[in-house]
Amino acid sequence: MTDFSKDNAPLLEVDRLSVDYSLKAVSARAIENVSFGLRAGEAVALVGESGSGKTTTAMAIAGLLSANALVSGGEVRYRGERLPIDDDAAMRPHRWSETSVVFQGAMNALNPVHRIIKQIAEPCRLKLRMSRGEATARARELLELVGIPADRGTAYPHELSGGMRQRVMIAMALACRPSIVIGDEPTTALDVITQAQILKLLGDLRSRLNLALILITHDLSVVAEACDRVMIMYSGRIVEDGTVGEIFAKPKHPYTKLLIDSIPNPAKGKRMIRPIPGDPPNLVSRPSGCAFHPRCPSAMAVCTTEVPSLDPLGCGRVACHLHQSLTQEDKIAAHA
Amino acid sequence: MSQHIGRILFRAFVTLLMVTTLNFILFRVIPGDPSALLLSGARISVTPEQIEAQRQSWGLDRPLFPDQVVDYLSATLRGDFGYSFKFRGRHVVDLILERLPATIALVGLAQLIAIVCGVMLGLYAGWRRGGAVDHVATGASLALYSTPSFWVAMILVVIFSTALGWLPGYGAYSPGANSLLDYLRHLALPVTAVALGLIGQYVVVARAAMSDVVSEDYMVTARAKGLTNGQMLMRHAFRNAMLPVVTLITLNLGYVVAGAITVEAVFAWPGVGGLTVEALNARDYPVLQGIFLLLGASIVVANLMADLAYGLLDPRVR
Repeated sequence: MTDFSKDNAPLLEVDRLSVDYSLKAVSARAIENVSFGLRAGEAVALVGESGSGKTTTAMAIAGLLSANALVSGGEVRYRGERLPIDDDAAMRPHRWSETSVVFQGAMNALNPVHRIIKQIAEPCRLKLRMSRGEATARARELLELVGIPADRGTAYPHELSGGMRQRVMIAMALACRPSIVIGDEPTTALDVITQAQILKLLGDLRSRLNLALILITHDLSVVAEACDRVMIMYSGRIVEDGTVGEIFAKPKHPYTKLLIDSIPNPAKGKRMIRPIPGDPPNLVSRPSGCAFHPRCPSAMAVCTTEVPSLDPLGCGRVACHLHQSLTQEDKIAAHA
Repeated sequence: MSQHIGRILFRAFVTLLMVTTLNFILFRVIPGDPSALLLSGARISVTPEQIEAQRQSWGLDRPLFPDQVVDYLSATLRGDFGYSFKFRGRHVVDLILERLPATIALVGLAQLIAIVCGVMLGLYAGWRRGGAVDHVATGASLALYSTPSFWVAMILVVIFSTALGWLPGYGAYSPGANSLLDYLRHLALPVTAVALGLIGQYVVVARAAMSDVVSEDYMVTARAKGLTNGQMLMRHAFRNAMLPVVTLITLNLGYVVAGAITVEAVFAWPGVGGLTVEALNARDYPVLQGIFLLLGASIVVANLMADLAYGLLDPRVR
């Protein structure tokens, strides 16, 4: 597989995973040939625009694909064992105890009619078979862990602020001591200060509990703050994978470059958002070859016909013909 | 919470007072003088003096405000709803009380059946949205919900009473019979007619509520937590989906005492609904006024119960 860590075996391996969604008449490929490994305690960001497949990738790992999703290829392995991600019932015992998800708690991810303590204790009762007293004690412990006084447990979600709700969501995610936590845009809809607090909390918990973190986001500043590694997704594929430092300093894929260029940076005189020209591709009928070629400033002839493979480059990976062993012809075309 | 209850009670009281006043005004603005109407049926010709005497004895010659209003309100508060025109000299309260058991039996039983069947079916259809049960139940419910219940009642009479002769289609008792079984046999068709329409209503509302809940974010959370479908349904979906359903149930309970006017008319059922029709035909204002007040009060009380039940179920409104 594509794992490039030598020191220890990956906790999670996503191996050439493809997922399709069947819509009324057509079928749309949401992710294609997605491969990556995740080591214990590692924090990885999945970055991409809407429809890039980052959420589908994460939901597949958590075994939360919707009923109209079809795993059309590849697999996901947890500690070397294949996960039954396309079987809702078989997946149930794996959920929350191996991989849990921090949803956008600020929104409606908490049930409005139950007290938060009950919602945190629920997985302890049902999955860990704890007694009511044990589960409540554990839930109080978890609340303190995320910085909420345990006595606030009797509150209902609507009585808490967005940041507090997100903390509750994190406490709930830790209930069954998972080794992987997926953050599904966990800081969206929060103000900047609360965002920073939540990211810090996630970082602290990660090092304290040796959690592996997968952060889904379209916010690159979140990535820089909380992650070791970034995977940039475009139209269902990983186009670049590298360390945070590498990606921000020396992006290799043209899409990554444009993405980083688009961030306004007033300190450097970049006050305006510079958008990437063109539209995200249609998932039902993708452009041939590299899906980014219609928007790519360095597109070559080969880009319209051949899908570039995700090949190791430096200490990361990149899927771009510019960085593959180029033919003389293509080089000429690129310079023309 | 107690502040919430206090607010609800106060609101109910004010509404009730307004209903009572409006009820009074309503019957005073209806054209036609009841005394003229009553005496016009007399065989001997009536002199204006006689009409005037009648008006005086009923207090109709005094000014509407404040005399008549105050009289009415104080009498109503004392539980005195006046005397019927048609059923000469009988207390309105007695007349209504006499009819109440038949109506409560009819509408109450129909509600009970409709709540159990309709809510369960609707919740299931919403939970398994797009399934076979959903398609059949939704289609049938929309049809039932939009069909007037008196039409359903007449169809039921034609089939089960006239054609098949299985069940009586008229009245509450067979002549001479006085058994519970006989009463229940008479009750069967009217209850079915009322219940069918209500089932449609409950299915539509419960299904909509449940299918909203199913697509809520917290249901994804519940699934991610590794809950089984049954646990997701019972622990997370049911209570949220019941919020609008409970409101509908309590509001509908307000109509239990008012009766089902059209269905009672079709079956000549001796309930409050039937009394309403009789009183309307005879311009029996005191009786109508009493019924309207009863209806208004029971709707207000039902609203009160809906508010209180909602407060218990949904922490957000407390």
